[in-house]
Amino acid sequence: MKGEIYRVAGPVVTIMGIKPKMYDVVHVGHEGLMGEVIRIEGDKATVQVYEDTSGIKPGEPVVNTGMSLSVELGPGLLESIYDGIQRPLKVLQERMGDFIDRGVTANGLDRERVWEFKPTVSSGDSVKGGSVIGVVQETENIEHKIMVPPNVSGTVDEIKSGKFKVDETVCVLANGTELSLMQKWPVRMPRPVENKFIPRRPLITGQRILDGLFPVAKGGTAAIPGPFGSGKTVTQQQLAKWSDTDIVVYIGCGERGNEMADVLNEFPELQDPKTGRPLMERTVLIANTSNMPVAAREASVYTGITIAEYYRDMGYDVSLMADSTSRWAEAMREISSRLEEMPGEEGYPAYLSARLSEFYERAGAVKSLAAEEGSITVIGAVSPPGGDFSEPVTQNTLRIVKVFWALDAKLAQRRHFPSIDWLTSYSLYTQGLSEWFAENVGPDWVSLRENAMDFLQQESELQEIVQLVGSDALPEDQQLVLEICRMLREYFLQQNAFHPVDTYCSFDKQYKLLKAISKYSDMAQEALESGIPMKDILALESKDELAKVKFEEDFDGVLNTVLDKMDKEFEALGGN
Amino acid sequence: MTKEYKTITEISGPLIFLEKTEPVGYGELVHINLPDGTTKRGQVLDTSADVVAVQVFEGTGGLNEESGVVFSGETIKLPVSKDMLGRILSGSGEPLDGGPRIVPEDRVDINGASMNPYSRMPPEEFIQTGISTIDGTNTLVRGQKLPIFSGSGLPHNEIALQIARQAKVPGSEEDFAVVFAAMGITNEEAQYFMEDFEKTGALERAVVFLNLADDPAVERIITPRMALSAAEYLAYEHDMHVLVILTDITNYCEALRQMGAAREEVPGRRGYPGYMYTDLASLYERAGVIKGRKGSVTQFSILTMPGDDITHPIPDLSGYITEGQIVVSRELHMKGIYPPINVLPSLSRLMNSGIGDGKTRDDHKAVSDQMYAGYAEGRDLRGLVAIVGKEALSERDQRILEFADLFEDRFVRQGRDEDRSIEDTLQVGWDILSELPEALLTRIDNKYIDKYHPAHKSN
Ligand SMILES: Nc1ncnc2c1ncn2[C@@H]1O[C@H](COP(=O)(O)OP(=O)(O)OP(=O)(O)O)[C@@H](O)[C@H]1O
Ligand SMILES: [Mg+2]
Repeated sequence: MKGEIYRVAGPVVTIMGIKPKMYDVVHVGHEGLMGEVIRIEGDKATVQVYEDTSGIKPGEPVVNTGMSLSVELGPGLLESIYDGIQRPLKVLQERMGDFIDRGVTANGLDRERVWEFKPTVSSGDSVKGGSVIGVVQETENIEHKIMVPPNVSGTVDEIKSGKFKVDETVCVLANGTELSLMQKWPVRMPRPVENKFIPRRPLITGQRILDGLFPVAKGGTAAIPGPFGSGKTVTQQQLAKWSDTDIVVYIGCGERGNEMADVLNEFPELQDPKTGRPLMERTVLIANTSNMPVAAREASVYTGITIAEYYRDMGYDVSLMADSTSRWAEAMREISSRLEEMPGEEGYPAYLSARLSEFYERAGAVKSLAAEEGSITVIGAVSPPGGDFSEPVTQNTLRIVKVFWALDAKLAQRRHFPSIDWLTSYSLYTQGLSEWFAENVGPDWVSLRENAMDFLQQESELQEIVQLVGSDALPEDQQLVLEICRMLREYFLQQNAFHPVDTYCSFDKQYKLLKAISKYSDMAQEALESGIPMKDILALESKDELAKVKFEEDFDGVLNTVLDKMDKEFEALGGN
Repeated sequence: MTKEYKTITEISGPLIFLEKTEPVGYGELVHINLPDGTTKRGQVLDTSADVVAVQVFEGTGGLNEESGVVFSGETIKLPVSKDMLGRILSGSGEPLDGGPRIVPEDRVDINGASMNPYSRMPPEEFIQTGISTIDGTNTLVRGQKLPIFSGSGLPHNEIALQIARQAKVPGSEEDFAVVFAAMGITNEEAQYFMEDFEKTGALERAVVFLNLADDPAVERIITPRMALSAAEYLAYEHDMHVLVILTDITNYCEALRQMGAAREEVPGRRGYPGYMYTDLASLYERAGVIKGRKGSVTQFSILTMPGDDITHPIPDLSGYITEGQIVVSRELHMKGIYPPINVLPSLSRLMNSGIGDGKTRDDHKAVSDQMYAGYAEGRDLRGLVAIVGKEALSERDQRILEFADLFEDRFVRQGRDEDRSIEDTLQVGWDILSELPEALLTRIDNKYIDKYHPAHKSN
């Protein structure tokens, strides 16, 4: 059946003459622009079009593919950069040059590239959805497991070995089903798992305030809201660079082109701290920048999370960054308003909160269908208008996620980075992870952390008094608290993402640094109690030298020197 | 397609609706012939088999149902040529300077296409503007979009012109070409720019688009798109480095709001359209450097914040798209400081890629960070001093308080024609930092202290 265009209004096109199903992918116009059916009403259907619709006219033809928007899953995803509907940007560049034209379809996976397939089943074996039938070495460190698609099962009749292209058959089941290295999956449908469990391992990010104060678990969810310029993207990129995960899916959703170019430029040069290999080898990038079509922006987060689920199913720890979920929500709003749907809060569609929770629900630590343990950690940036967290996207997100990293414009203006507000941020995983910390970081880690939080809490109360009377009017012990807090903030919490050493701080270093500050704090309190003047305690050189230890290549060496000096200086102060 | 339709059924604000046309393309350019013989231009906003909606750029004044409508069969194109340099055009691209029509080398769609992120080269070439608060603490690089957030009555125009005059890439001989687009500014303001361009000879290397306050507001929707198309053409086809100045983005957004209201759209925050982020992005993102091409487009636009409020939707959405902002402060202006740039809310996100060893100097980042920290703390202390008096401050705090004054007086303040090299800027930085006790310089690696601190440098 052939359809035709009835109406064109920006990215929303009304078609008639065919009877599509909801979410069918259709090609509209003479150029065959790709779109997705999002509403059916009588003999007409509404399509959100993923490409620019300028010049498209009523009466032009429409063809239904009958399939939902799907991604191609198989070897070759890693190191790729895609637009929101999984068209490789590199291929688009080859076909249309430096500016994105329209009407070009491109396969998500390269059909020419040949992969070495090693089977792990033999004929006669029975397999079901998720079963691994063989492996392909996708990058130096990632063994790509070729899995039976979730809804397929049977007995292996024929299994091959050797070099194949992604769409060549490598396995035939007794029921005639042919399996290749590649499968397709509709992006709006979560891939099934055996079961989910409570995450118990932290995602180690090498960022002191995150690991130390507000950790996220592998398989957890976190949101990082903040006004413009407060550090959402830098934090997300830091996580993408230094987190101890196997796979990173980074979605640039309605943000800047240069930021994606930056990642593309930098990641091949940087080393994965875990494997020493170029970071790009574990990364999939989705770039649907702010000037690319909004409908494809709406799709981009689904494309990303589906790819993440696929690697999770192989038993990998995946982290997914979405920068920014607000732009995704705005894309929904834009489409919704073109559909003249009844607007909810601030013009967002009434289903905003449902969409957000469906998305974050796709995170988790799971046992996959193949009984592998894998996880997806989802970290979403949120860009609230005017930096006001009371708006719908932030509020709906906070109802779902377990970790809240609140960025603060005032801290950013002072160049206190990461400008995460330690007083309002929280992590609901701290409790569940404390056992892991005690075993792997140090038995006293949890108390060190709690002490630090305690001090910082006191500081905010003392600051209120200082605002009225000045700090000199405070009793000496309280002045000391302020000094310890300054050290915590400047020596520990501040971390420069652009400093070659400071950009990543291992848990070992974090622990030692916090312990060193705590040591000064204890000794200073003791000294104060034994009557040594505050001024002398504050004048210790070792205290100031502690400031720069985090920048040192020879961290341990320098730290020990400083700590020795601290002992000596306190001794010299006398007392006791 | 030259068929003329006389089927207008409704005229509403800047929009006309007409029926019984042959299929019309979305976004098509439309010519409207008025009964008095004049013509106007417009663009298709919504097209269906039954009715077509057109927005009219020059406004709908004088239109009636007798007017004839001709669909051009193509989207709006700008004739472009290298000969545009030195020309003054209207907000919709018609010559205003009495010169001949532009003989096109090409005709380009004014909406431009989105640059493939894969083709982008991350901008990293330092542009020296000669202004310390920019070069030293909010460095601009080639291909960046860095607007000035200002307020009414503040000297943003002077700053923009000083930058246009002084901007250079050290070590490179070429001057920037300037594409200047006025959107709804007064004739007087426009004159101010034109005179400066003429006086300094910049006009020869400039293309000027003028949509003034008394020109139709709808036209403002296309003016920046024309300007950016010209800029892209010069940059990517003629290898030029182009500096684009759009002023004033706020007037553009007002026009956008007006259009939205005319279309009876559900308004977003403070009445601005819900798609304003996407719309602004379609302008701001048209900056950058492309791999393998020589030219570049750098945007340095002006935006006046209504009520000096940086959380107002116009600066807010802009800040979310641009690669930082230079904030002009009323407080500093009142204190008589020029350029009254408040570095604290200002930011250049691409600074890190444009500075450092081999680009500016190895200590640049550290000096900048340290000055920020000191100035931020010093300003806080000013608030405190107002309550408790200076005596209640500790010795340390008093030094920091003094630093904030030094910073404004020596680093921020400079002459309208003072073109500081980056070395000069960093030198001023060290001069004022060295007034602080060394132990307070926690943001600076010891190796830079040894190398540049006036107390160590000589030995
Ligand atoms: N950890 C950090 N270390 C050093 N600098 C930082 C850090 N985090 C942020 N910054 C600085 O802050 C600037 C803005 O950060 P970023 O681009 O991440 O903001 P954002 O919140 O993503 O803003 P937007 O919403 O506009 O995208 C960076 O360009 C950088 O200069
Ligand atoms: Mg960002």
